[in-house]
Amino acid sequence: MIELRTVETAIPGTQPDYHFPGYVSSIARSPRMPLVLLPETLTEKTGPVFGHGLIRQQDDDLTAQHAGDPLGERIFVHGRVLDEDGRPVRGALVEVWQANASGRYLHKMDNHDAPLDPNFSGAGRMITDEDGRYCFKTIKPGAYPWGNHYNAWRPAHIHFSLFGAGILSRLVTQMYFPGDPLQPLDPIFNSIADEEARRRMISRLDMDRSEPSFALAYAWDIVLRGRRDTPFEEARR
Amino acid sequence: MTDDSRLIPAGSQTVGPFFSIGLDYLIDRAPVLHADKAGRIEVRGRVLDRDGTPVPDAVLEFWSPSLTVSTADQDQYPSGFRRTATDINGNFAVAAMRPAAAPLEDGRMQAPHMLVLVFARGLLRHLLTRVYFENEPGNTADTVLKEIPAERRATLIARLENHQTNSYQWDVRLQGQDETVFFAW
Repeated sequence: MIELRTVETAIPGTQPDYHFPGYVSSIARSPRMPLVLLPETLTEKTGPVFGHGLIRQQDDDLTAQHAGDPLGERIFVHGRVLDEDGRPVRGALVEVWQANASGRYLHKMDNHDAPLDPNFSGAGRMITDEDGRYCFKTIKPGAYPWGNHYNAWRPAHIHFSLFGAGILSRLVTQMYFPGDPLQPLDPIFNSIADEEARRRMISRLDMDRSEPSFALAYAWDIVLRGRRDTPFEEARR
Repeated sequence: MTDDSRLIPAGSQTVGPFFSIGLDYLIDRAPVLHADKAGRIEVRGRVLDRDGTPVPDAVLEFWSPSLTVSTADQDQYPSGFRRTATDINGNFAVAAMRPAAAPLEDGRMQAPHMLVLVFARGLLRHLLTRVYFENEPGNTADTVLKEIPAERRATLIARLENHQTNSYQWDVRLQGQDETVFFAW
C-alpha cells in the first residue's frame, strides 16, 4: 500500500498560534483540541484557478473608483508572488482591502469616529503576470484605534488575500509599512514569534518605482506555500 | 529537510472584521438550491465560538476538485470553489454540485467531501477542515475519517435535513464541546 504523505506543517515561529491571548478575540475562537494530520490527497494538491473575467477596470487603482480623487497620500504597492523555491506564482488572484487615509473602513461595523471618504472604497484585486508580479495604486491607510486593550491602535496595514497553485497555498495576511512605531505595540503583528518572519510582513520604500512629484512606491514580495508543480485545473479564459 | 535555497512562506494574519470590503464580490449571500438542477446540494450551518455564541464575521471557503459548475456560474467562479460568509446570527449557506468520490494514489476511494477553510476575526491563521455527507456509503472506509477518533468524527459529517436528499446541516464549532476537527498545516 502506498503511504500517503501528510500535509506539511509550518516551521515553528513563522506562523501565529491560533491561541494568542494578547489578541483577545483569539481566546474564544481558537481550537483547543489537537490538530489532526491530514494526508495530502488530490483535494489538497489542487486548487481553484481564477480568470481575468473576475477583474474589472480600476480594480488595481483604488484612487480611481469614484468621481473625485480620494484624500491622503497616493502610493503604489507592488511586488512578486513566489513559491518556496523562489519561482514566480503566475495567475495568482490577489485581493486587497484597507482603511482610508483617516483610518476608517467603509464598513457598517466600523464605528471609529473618523471621516469616510466618498471617493475611496478601499478594495482592489488583480492577477499576477508571467513573472508573478502584481501592482496597484492606492492611498496610504491610516492607523486606527480598536478595542483589544486600553488605547490600542493598529499600525497602518493593507489586508491581502492570495490564491497560489493549490488550495494549501492559500494565504490571508496584512502588509505593513516601514518605520511604523505602532508595530511593536500591536498584538496581531507580534503574534508571529520569529522576528525575521515579522519583518517580512513589512514593505520596503521603493524610490525606483516611485513617480517624482506624484506618488511614492512600496515593494512587498510574498512567498506562498508550495514547492513543485502541483496538478491543478486548466485556467479558463 | 533544511535546505538553504528554500524560502519561508509569509506569515498569516487575521482576516479581521471588515473583510467584506475586499471579499464580498465572490460571495453568494443567498444561494438558491434549484430543484431542477440535478446533483446540486446545499450546506447550511452556523459558526460558533467556545461559548456557543454565533460568529457573525467568518468567511468559509469550500474546495473540491471533483466539482463542476453550471455554465451560468463560469464567469464568476472557478469550478469546485465556493466562498461564503456568516450573517449577523452566525449562519452560512453554500450551494454546489455534489462532490464525487475521489480516488487516492493507491486506487482506494475517498468518500465525497469538500475541504473547508475558515477565516474570522480572532483567527490569526485560517482553519482547515473537511465536510463529509451523511449516508454516503464510502464514509465508513474513508481514509481520513477512519483516522479521526470515533467520538469526534461526527463533527465532519453534514447531516441531511428533514426529508431532503440534497440539503445538509453542518455547524463549525471553533472551540469547546463538540469542537470541530481541524487539520494541521
